[in-house]
Formats: sequence, C-alpha cells, structure tokens
Amino acid sequence: MSRLWRFFRTPEAIAGALILALLVAMAVAAPLIFPGDPQAIAGPALLPPFQDWSLPLGTDRLGRDVTAELFHGARTSLAVGLAAAAAALFIGAVVGTLAGFAGGLVDEVLMRVTDAFQTVPSFLLALAFVSIVGPSLGVVVGAIALGAWTGPARVARAEVLSIRERDYVAGARVIGMYPLEIAFREVLPNALPPVLALSSVIVAAAILTEAALSFLGLGDPNRVTWGGMIAEGRAVLRTAPFLSIVPGIALVLTVLGVYLAGEGVVESSAVRRSLS
Amino acid sequence: MNAPVLAVSNLAKHYRRGGQPFPAVDDVSFSIGPAETLALAGPSGSGKSTIARLVLRLIEPDVGRVEFEGADFLALSGAALRARRARFQMVFQDPLSAFNPRATVARVLDDPLRIHGLASRTERPRRIAALLERVGLEAGLAVRAIHEISGGQRQRVAIARAIATRPSLIVLDEAVSALDVSVRGQILKLLLDLQRQERIAYLFISHDLGVIRAVAHRVVILDAGRIAESGEARAVIANPQSAIGKALVAATPRLNRTRP
Ligand SMILES: Nc1ncnc2c1ncn2[C@@H]1O[C@H](COP(=O)(O)OP(=O)(O)O)[C@@H](O)[C@H]1O
Ligand SMILES: [Mg+2]
Repeated sequence: MSRLWRFFRTPEAIAGALILALLVAMAVAAPLIFPGDPQAIAGPALLPPFQDWSLPLGTDRLGRDVTAELFHGARTSLAVGLAAAAAALFIGAVVGTLAGFAGGLVDEVLMRVTDAFQTVPSFLLALAFVSIVGPSLGVVVGAIALGAWTGPARVARAEVLSIRERDYVAGARVIGMYPLEIAFREVLPNALPPVLALSSVIVAAAILTEAALSFLGLGDPNRVTWGGMIAEGRAVLRTAPFLSIVPGIALVLTVLGVYLAGEGVVESSAVRRSLS
Repeated sequence: MNAPVLAVSNLAKHYRRGGQPFPAVDDVSFSIGPAETLALAGPSGSGKSTIARLVLRLIEPDVGRVEFEGADFLALSGAALRARRARFQMVFQDPLSAFNPRATVARVLDDPLRIHGLASRTERPRRIAALLERVGLEAGLAVRAIHEISGGQRQRVAIARAIATRPSLIVLDEAVSALDVSVRGQILKLLLDLQRQERIAYLFISHDLGVIRAVAHRVVILDAGRIAESGEARAVIANPQSAIGKALVAATPRLNRTRP
C-alpha cells in the first residue's frame, strides 16, 4: 500500500500511469468498440478528422476507420512490446545467471556470444531476422527479443557474481543441492530486481522497433500497426498529414508513458536501493 | 581411540595479495574424533574460515589431504560428493545471510530432506515439525519467513537444517559470535545436548577463548595460517605457550578474572 502511495507521489509517474491505463483500455476495448475487421472499408476515403462523429478521426486512403485502426494498433503495440520484453528479460536472466554462476569456460563462451549480439545494431538484427524468416507476430517478437536480451544478461551476470559469494549459496552447496537448482532457485530470483528495472526501457524500445519494422513493411500483414499506419499515410503526407500524425502521436505518447511509469516503479520500489 | 571422523594433513591454500602469493592456510594438520569438539582459535585473518571452506570442499586446497569418515574426501566429485555432504554439515556466523532472503523456515528445512531423499513429500511436514522441536522451537514457526524471526531463532533453524541429514560432523564458523550473550548460552547448551545425544563431532571456530573453554575438548591456535600450538582446551588456555596464545588469553578479560 505504502509502495503504491510512493509511486503516485511524482507527477511523472502519475502521467505515465495515466497514459498506460489509457493504452491498456484502448487495447482491451478495441474488439468491443470496433468488433469488425479494422482493415475493412468504413466510409469515404480520406475523410478528415472531426467531420463525421461516427468516424471521429476520419478515414485513410482506402476509406478505413482511423479510430478503429488506432485502437487495434494499440493492441498490437502493447502485445508485441510486452511479449518481446518478457522474452528478452527471460533469455537475458537465464544466460546471465548461467554465465555468472558457472564462471570459467561457460562464462567466457556465453559472454562472447553476448558481445557478438551487442555489436550488431539491434534494429539491423531484427530486420535481417524478419527478412529471412518472414513477417508474422511471433517472428517479430522473436526478432526484437534477439536484439534486446544482452542488456539484461549483463546486469543479471553482474548481480549473480556478487550473490554467488554469499553464505546462503555456500549453504546450499553444503546441503548437497544440485548446481542448476542453486543457480535458478537460490540465485536467479534474488538477482532479478535490477534486471526487471530495465523492463520499461526494453518495452519502450520494443514498441518503437515493432513500429519501425511495420513502417518498413515487415510487420505482420494481417494486423493493424501504428508503424504500418504511418507508412500508409506517407503517400498522402501533403494532402492528409493527420494520417501519419495521429499514429505518430500515439506512438510517442506510449513510449513516453511506458518510460515514465517504469521510472516511477523503480523510484518507488526497493529496486533503486539495491541498484546503488 | 576411535578412528577420527575428520583427519586433515598438510593442508595449504595460497591467495594473492598485491600480486604476491601469500599463505592463507599453511601446512595445517589436525583430526577430530567422534562426538569430539575441536576448536579453531586465532585472530581475525588467521585462516579459520578458509580452513572451514577447504575441509567442506567449498574451495579447493593447493595441497593436503582431507579424510572424512575414513575416505579421501578430496577424491569425491559430482553426485558422490553431494551425497556424502549429508554427513558433513556447516552452520555459518550470520544467521541472516546464511539463508536465501526469500526462504521460509519450512523450505529451509525441507531442502535437505528432499535432496537426500530422507522423507517422502507427505512425510516431510511432520519431519520439519520434529526438527523444529528438536532445537527448541515451536512447530508453528515453519510457516514464517526467515527474515521475520529473531537472530537466536534463526541460528536454531540453521542447526536444525544441519542435523536434518544426521551428520557425524558439523563445522560451526563463529556460529555464536553474532548472538547476544544470553542467547549465546542457550545455543551452546543446545549444541552440547545434541552432541551428547547424537554423537556429533564439531569443528568449532571462534576467536573467543571463553566460549572455547566452555565447549571444546581440544583447541588448535592459528597464527597467519599456521598452527601456533594445540592441545587439551583447558590446559592450553590456562597456560599458553605460543606468543599468539598468550596474546589471545590476555585479550579475553573473562578468562583473567576467573583464573585462580
Ligand atoms: N577469496 C580470497 N581471496 C583473497 N584472500 C582471501 C580470500 N579469502 C580469504 N583471504 C585472506 O586469507 C586470510 C585468512 O582469511 P580467513 O580464513 O577468512 O580468516 P579468519 O576466518 O581467521 O578471520 C585473510 O588474510 C584473508 O584476507
Ligand atoms: Mg572467519
């Protein structure tokens, strides 16, 4: 309770939480408010916003409802952002724990692999991966995670290196616990807080990467995405700039909201203390 | 005399300090008989904890031999070593850092029973309750988190965990040093009771000669990783021969007062 109170003390955290709440509400409500196919034609093409109140944000080049697309796009952004971040945190935590706990050759090999992944710009990695495997939601999630797990891996490894010297790890060895059980049951959960503190940055980056992939036409073609909407709008940028501006604003607000709320959580929890 | 539970010979471990190797433990030999308490005494940094970690295979020695229950303990590895550990336990100084901060009392006591297959899943809660009662705690304490209970209770839980697998030897590294004087007396009494009833031997590490005189049969006094002197505990403390032994006795005021 007091933690919740501390979270809502900074205005940034409140703003972040509000934006996130709105985003989640949009994502959840999308199939209820706009039950049909958001990619179906709903009215005349290129209707400007605020003209027809059944189509509040107007229509795009093909006459599709921009509001419906925006809501369904929130769904994609959120799903991809969260799934990719979860996958990146999971891979990073496992790799970092194995490297830090095993030490020696295992550590050496895993950290070289981490180095290699970190050297390649993560967006190029995602681009290459989707181009080869083909665009679908799962592949996009995997592609983004592929470029995002190295940060969590490094943080997890550093934390594990300090935890593995603690008495309770020695105690676990003394009672004959199997090394993998020590690593994943005794050490990993206690190494997680600083790793999870990275999640807001990773979710924000994942949402941006997904938008960029969609913008380049490498998103899942069966789903509405904000990146895809911006790309669509580009063709009529002079005559109907709102088609790019509306999803652009949604994207910026979302990334800002995720980041602010994440900072608020870190600030209000013990995570900050264990980081310093 | 019975065959020793633990026989250590010519044990050595070097660390590096400022680029130079220095001996943390240097040519140390001793043995412990069944149900015997051997104390390791010495100033801070004299190598007591390093010896504890070496004999328990938490770190590996440069040279030396460790024989546990008549077999070469250094030759064991993997599953064989883990199985053998049931007989050779340890209690740490700080009872808080000795446990996973997320653990409950029940989990801490469940682990050794599960790992060594000493009781079925349905049987373990009863065994845990019995262990808690064995060390003078209420069975209801099992549901509590480790960080919720007092330091003295925690050290009792640590002892319960150590005796769960019916060991023949327990290393106690400053196991009572962090406790209040009154709690310390109770824990020492518990250790003595357990030793008498279950015939457990102790490698009792302490810098406090007063405590050592109260519980140990024999004492080994260390200085900078080497054995300075050893012998029957009361005799050594009453009349130390080495310079470090004399200094340790002089630094323990309770001993001076009670000496005739
Ligand atoms: N992992 C290590 N690396 C380097 N030096 C160490 C390490 N562990 C212990 N030492 C050194 O070895 C000596 C003995 O330490 P220790 O066995 O902990 O002493 P004690 O328990 O008697 O206080 C000390 O000088 C200590 O600094
Ligand atoms: Mg020590």
